[in-house]
Amino acid sequence: MQRSDHRPSTLIEGGAVFPHRHLTGIEGLQPHEISFLLDEAEHWVEANRTHAAPDKRMAGLTQINAFFENSTRTLLSFEIAGKRLGADVVNMHAAQSSVKKGETLIDTAQTLNAMRADVLVIRHMSSGAVQLIADKVACPVLNAGDGWHEHPTQALLDALTIRRRRGSVAGQRVVICGDVLHSRVARSNILALTALAADVRVCAPSTLMPPAIERMFVTPFTDFDQAIEGADVVMMLRVQNERMDGGYIPSSREYRMRYGLTAERLARVPNALVMHPGPMNRGVEIDSVVADGTQSAITEQVEMGVAVRMACMDVLTRRARGVEGWA
Amino acid sequence: MSRIAFINARLVCPTAGVSHGTLMVEDGVIRASGAVEVPGDAVQVDCGGRLLAPALVDLGVFAIDRAAFRAGGIARVALMPDTTPVLDEPGIVQRSALIGKPDLWIHPISAATRGLAGKELAEMAICRSAGARAVGTGRGWIADSSVMRRVLLYARDLDCAVIAHAEDGGLARGAVATSGETATRLGLPAAPALAEALAVARDLMLAEETGARLHLRQVTTAAAFDLIRAAKQRGVRVTCGITPAHLHLSDIATSGFRTFAHLSPPLRDEADRQAALAAVRDGTIDVIASGHDPHGAESKRLPFTDSSAGMAGAETLLALSLGLVRDEVIGLDRLWSLLAANPARVLGVDAGTLESGMAADLVLADADAPWRIGTDTLVARAGNTPFDGMPVQGRVLRLWKGGREIG
Repeated sequence: MQRSDHRPSTLIEGGAVFPHRHLTGIEGLQPHEISFLLDEAEHWVEANRTHAAPDKRMAGLTQINAFFENSTRTLLSFEIAGKRLGADVVNMHAAQSSVKKGETLIDTAQTLNAMRADVLVIRHMSSGAVQLIADKVACPVLNAGDGWHEHPTQALLDALTIRRRRGSVAGQRVVICGDVLHSRVARSNILALTALAADVRVCAPSTLMPPAIERMFVTPFTDFDQAIEGADVVMMLRVQNERMDGGYIPSSREYRMRYGLTAERLARVPNALVMHPGPMNRGVEIDSVVADGTQSAITEQVEMGVAVRMACMDVLTRRARGVEGWA
Repeated sequence: MSRIAFINARLVCPTAGVSHGTLMVEDGVIRASGAVEVPGDAVQVDCGGRLLAPALVDLGVFAIDRAAFRAGGIARVALMPDTTPVLDEPGIVQRSALIGKPDLWIHPISAATRGLAGKELAEMAICRSAGARAVGTGRGWIADSSVMRRVLLYARDLDCAVIAHAEDGGLARGAVATSGETATRLGLPAAPALAEALAVARDLMLAEETGARLHLRQVTTAAAFDLIRAAKQRGVRVTCGITPAHLHLSDIATSGFRTFAHLSPPLRDEADRQAALAAVRDGTIDVIASGHDPHGAESKRLPFTDSSAGMAGAETLLALSLGLVRDEVIGLDRLWSLLAANPARVLGVDAGTLESGMAADLVLADADAPWRIGTDTLVARAGNTPFDGMPVQGRVLRLWKGGREIG
């Protein structure tokens, strides 16, 4: 197992090591709490790889994935994670739900609560929506992405990938490049990686850079070639096609010219790790030869995603399951 | 003839200043104040040394909420045109102007453009004859400068103030916060603070050119105050207002997605809040209003971007404003200019002072009484206040409209 970046000075055990009911964001987590989740995830990485004897510790628990915004990859990842742990997984898609009939989010939350879900996984297009639901339900809530706000499990899986590949997060120079303004992945990653003492740079055209981003303890760049200097990790963000029709960026080819991770750019940092939360716009923010190259950790990120989500669901349901020291 | 003598009062008048004495009211009209002889047939009201002042004139409310206005010491309100239906028809304007009487006088602000769409001039003169005391752009900004210019020209002919909302529509479209660290951390759509100054600059230039009377209902940023300060020195007929929220809170209050702090214009950063206090102190700001806009859970218990902007402010207006006196930003008499005399002047109504001949719209208040603002304890239609839990001082004890006590 990898050594954690942060450790509390005294040993904390049981529920005290992660005293949160929900995982609505990285905001509010202490560095050692983040490390604890990563340590827990390491265990599941090995278990998943070796096809170890099934561990159905969530057997009999109901996990509801309530996705108010379309998703394929994250939903699948949470579903697999729940099933590996033996939970009964139910998916609720907004397209099929009464949300379209005007039901408010609170009513939906109370409905899900009344059905006695044991863990809720929620994605919503509005920032803060997941916290709103978490305040209203009795079971643990996991944020699978809310608006532009947070996507904590993505940040955890990225941190885990970096820690496994580079040995540590602390001191790593991580460049996050792309649509930072509209990206919950960027926000959660900034919070998690800076908490673990990485040197985080963000890079975007000024039209896609959030104001006062340096107050989150990152260094902003508008020139990708400068930003990438000395990088240990290059994390590319997906740029939505609708942002590249002249609204924020003149065109996708101009975006590729200034911010695309091409083989030529990557050649300047031959030891850097290449990451992307997916789905990728190949040939726009990242070239295929880079995405599929030896420096890429993109498929590993997907693998870490399942492990991290297993860890989060296990940890958050320990109290309900009466695990010793957690109840 | 009915006579009321308010004795042993601490009289607060925006024009005469603060004094101790008696106020005489005859047939609902103020007749004398100071050291006056109390006639034998007068009903005596012993004020116990407490504060007796003109009842508040609340310039710009979005709902008629009698209980909240009574609790806030407010006897007259200017009703924003953003009702359903919009106040652009004489029938609706006339009804609004009459439904409050006699306890509460409602001065409708009729829509400056038809349906508040910002395109065609509304029937301002007909609405005025039906009781409208000003015309307004409502919650929105008129994007088309030529329309705004014609609104100002036409309103000037009627000697009618134009009450404008100052936020550049393009920059503010879809935004629910002010650009800055808080909005960035929360991931909320935000507009730069200069959206306000841009709008103010245009409207000031148009007001200067047309000679119209312009009242900017809420001004909240340093850059906009600078523009207004300079315009006033040039003699532009401009006044501006603010609500206590922008004087007491900065955008940090929205942390944790607190939708009760979702306001329009949005809360600003601390530097702008300090600029607002300075603008109250130096006289740039003319009016403090509640912006009373009660919203229940159905429009507030939602994700921040989906929630409605606005706060229930009527009951807390006086207590929060008295904080400015306690903090020595302004004196009591100047505070009552902001809360009563100036808004009355913008509307062109005779109210807001204790001068002889004024209607006896009076509030008796205990300026020091401590209480705690609570969303559950407000009498307003909804308790959406961003000041939940805040300890304040200043309670309204009694309220009179035209010499008649409002129970």
